Amino acid sequence: MTTPALDAAIGALRDRVGSKKVRSGSTETRLYRRDASNMAGQAGVVVFAESTADVQAAVQVAQRFGIPFLARGSGTGLAGGAVPPDGAIVISTSKMNQIISVDAINRQAWVEPGVLNLDLSNQIAHLGVHFAPDPSSQQTCSIGGNVANNSGGPHCLADGVTSAHILGLEVVLPDGSVVMFGGEEPEPDGLDLRGAFVGSEGMFGVATKICVRLMQNPPDVATMLMEFDSVAEGAQLVSDIIADGIVPAAVEMMDQLCLQAVEAWLHAGLPVDAAAALLIECVGEPGQVSADVARIHELASVRQVTNIRTAADDDERALLWKGRKGAFGAVAQVKPNYYLHDTVVPRARLAEVIEKVYEITNRYGIDVINVFHAGDGNLHPLLVYDAREEGMVEKVHAAGREIVTFSVEVGGVLSGEHGIGLEKRDLMPLMFSEIDLAAQEALRVAFDPNLLANPNKVLPNPATCGDMHQVPEGAWI
Amino acid sequence: MDHSLEEFAAAVGVSDPVAVVGSGSRGGGPDGVRTVSAPAGIARIDAAEMVIECGAATLVDEVLDALAALGQTVSVPSGGTIGGALAAGQSDITRLGHGPLRDVLLQTHFVAASGKLTKAGGPTVKNVSGFDLCRLLVGARGTIGFFGDVILRTRPLARTSNWFVSDADPFMLLADLYRPVSMLWDGVSTWVRLDGEAGDVATAAQRHGLVTVDRPPEPPSTHRTSMPPSALVSLADQPAGSFLAEVGVGIVHHHAPLSLDPSRIPGATAIADLHRRIKEQFDPTGRMNPGIDPLGS
Repeated sequence: MTTPALDAAIGALRDRVGSKKVRSGSTETRLYRRDASNMAGQAGVVVFAESTADVQAAVQVAQRFGIPFLARGSGTGLAGGAVPPDGAIVISTSKMNQIISVDAINRQAWVEPGVLNLDLSNQIAHLGVHFAPDPSSQQTCSIGGNVANNSGGPHCLADGVTSAHILGLEVVLPDGSVVMFGGEEPEPDGLDLRGAFVGSEGMFGVATKICVRLMQNPPDVATMLMEFDSVAEGAQLVSDIIADGIVPAAVEMMDQLCLQAVEAWLHAGLPVDAAAALLIECVGEPGQVSADVARIHELASVRQVTNIRTAADDDERALLWKGRKGAFGAVAQVKPNYYLHDTVVPRARLAEVIEKVYEITNRYGIDVINVFHAGDGNLHPLLVYDAREEGMVEKVHAAGREIVTFSVEVGGVLSGEHGIGLEKRDLMPLMFSEIDLAAQEALRVAFDPNLLANPNKVLPNPATCGDMHQVPEGAWI
Repeated sequence: MDHSLEEFAAAVGVSDPVAVVGSGSRGGGPDGVRTVSAPAGIARIDAAEMVIECGAATLVDEVLDALAALGQTVSVPSGGTIGGALAAGQSDITRLGHGPLRDVLLQTHFVAASGKLTKAGGPTVKNVSGFDLCRLLVGARGTIGFFGDVILRTRPLARTSNWFVSDADPFMLLADLYRPVSMLWDGVSTWVRLDGEAGDVATAAQRHGLVTVDRPPEPPSTHRTSMPPSALVSLADQPAGSFLAEVGVGIVHHHAPLSLDPSRIPGATAIADLHRRIKEQFDPTGRMNPGIDPLGS
């Protein structure tokens, strides 16, 4: 897809950042037409930025020619947040991948947005610190993407999601100006623009340097896999633990179909006969870990836990986590396609909501794998299906809407960590009134008066760009 | 709550200048402007969900007492109202271990300049549904909207929580201690709060030569300066006892103005422009807490 404006913009981009960093061939524009969701758009041109100046130049060119733009890290987002509007300027930050500085004592680091999540923690492990948000995609997702989506992960139960770990941001605003939000100073004057920016899904500008908070590695760790004959008993234990005043580092649940699929793929020794299993990790000083584990054992015995496996060493712990984090990859053992949800519900309603998920999917004849952050009440039902079956896509769509609607009805939210993107944009009214959404739109307009920064995402009925309202083909499947 | 959100919204109205006041502990509203008060009262505490829901005019100390009875707490500075604390946006001295104040607000119904009740955030601890208006409101000093009710994230009270004092280098202590909740340094001594199991706390104290004290000194309330935590070492030149610095955080409480180089913020003009655009979007007539500028210190 080319237009005179896009052709002119491509020329201007080559002048500003150099031809080697600008790609407009069909291979590149097709490659960057989608993220890890099932949706696709069509990039107009891809800019491989290597510096703040490159990003600024790309944004200024976008403004000059009135062309939408969006930044893209590793493209692992699941909600279509990095799916380009047709003809957009895609700014890849993957080459901005330097760890700029690390202050191990005050536990802060400056990084470029293309640094991969796990690379950061691996590179600073010798300093006894790590970056806490750990999405399942952490081997490939970028810190810039984590900022855009306010990403979570299993170990965010105790330490919070990405926003709690971002201290400052250098940002190229949609008007092309370069600003600093927050920073190493804890209380800079003014509004918390850092907080407003995190999770804005690329609609408030492009982060070009990021100051992250680092967490100390714990001196002691205990990892347990608990088996249950019913999902409800396991889910109730989660509430019992939190109500007792214990906040483990992570509490993850896998149901039977998940355990079976993962075990068939990874051979991690998972209990394939259990109705559900909880993977619980406690970290901290030895006495704290020991006390928490003992109390959790007591609480579990009341909830009819049938077996407790405690990781004997780091290798076994890694194996258990490999089973948990590899769950999505195991889906292919069941069906060729999946659709993943990301709602959050109050912990006390977990068992009820999971039963509802089973009821809904049974009614539609869809298999479902449940693997999720139980401690946060963050559900991840994976609807697995074969898209070649006639009518199945529509069934998956309808079942998904029922699951999301029910989650919100019981006091939950649309997304815990994947973001809204294109995928859940039109479901925002389930959670927010027109007045509420107008306030969010007001913030967006303040950041981006011309509405060129990753338009068509998050908010239904954008104020302009009427031709961009349609969700691309493939959404919800 | 003592009055409803709808009554609060009606009191805010739609047109004239208006200020919100809590207990007045943080200076109250601007002079000569009609004032309103948010609802007060605790609606719900749920330890299993680690949340409390209350009116914005509820006293912080009332919240802390009610939470303590259920083994919970929330990291909000003591004194005044919840709404006042959130509007000011200043964390308490546990920020090192418990994180900043801005992280405790999960959801609020606020009254916008239009007089309409508006929801920001969501009721669960984990939520990335839409833009983060909650963090925009914390520290906005009532210039974007007035908090009506709030849902805050709570945390379990520690089984043991002790204060210690030490003459050791505070930055060495920061490097060596595991997740201290607070570290306060006056240029000579360092006060450390450790939470956890009693045995762990005692072991850490013994290993680092920490001496038990009842509590740290009261931080000076005249001035409050924010600086990079790595810059705190420069305070060694200041008279001992003239300040109390939050080590690892960068907040300095002090009696007299500090002679420090002013920080230079990249893009300060663009940031001021962005503040202006946000204000125009949310409060085009400038009726909410008129005369107050979050960018002004």
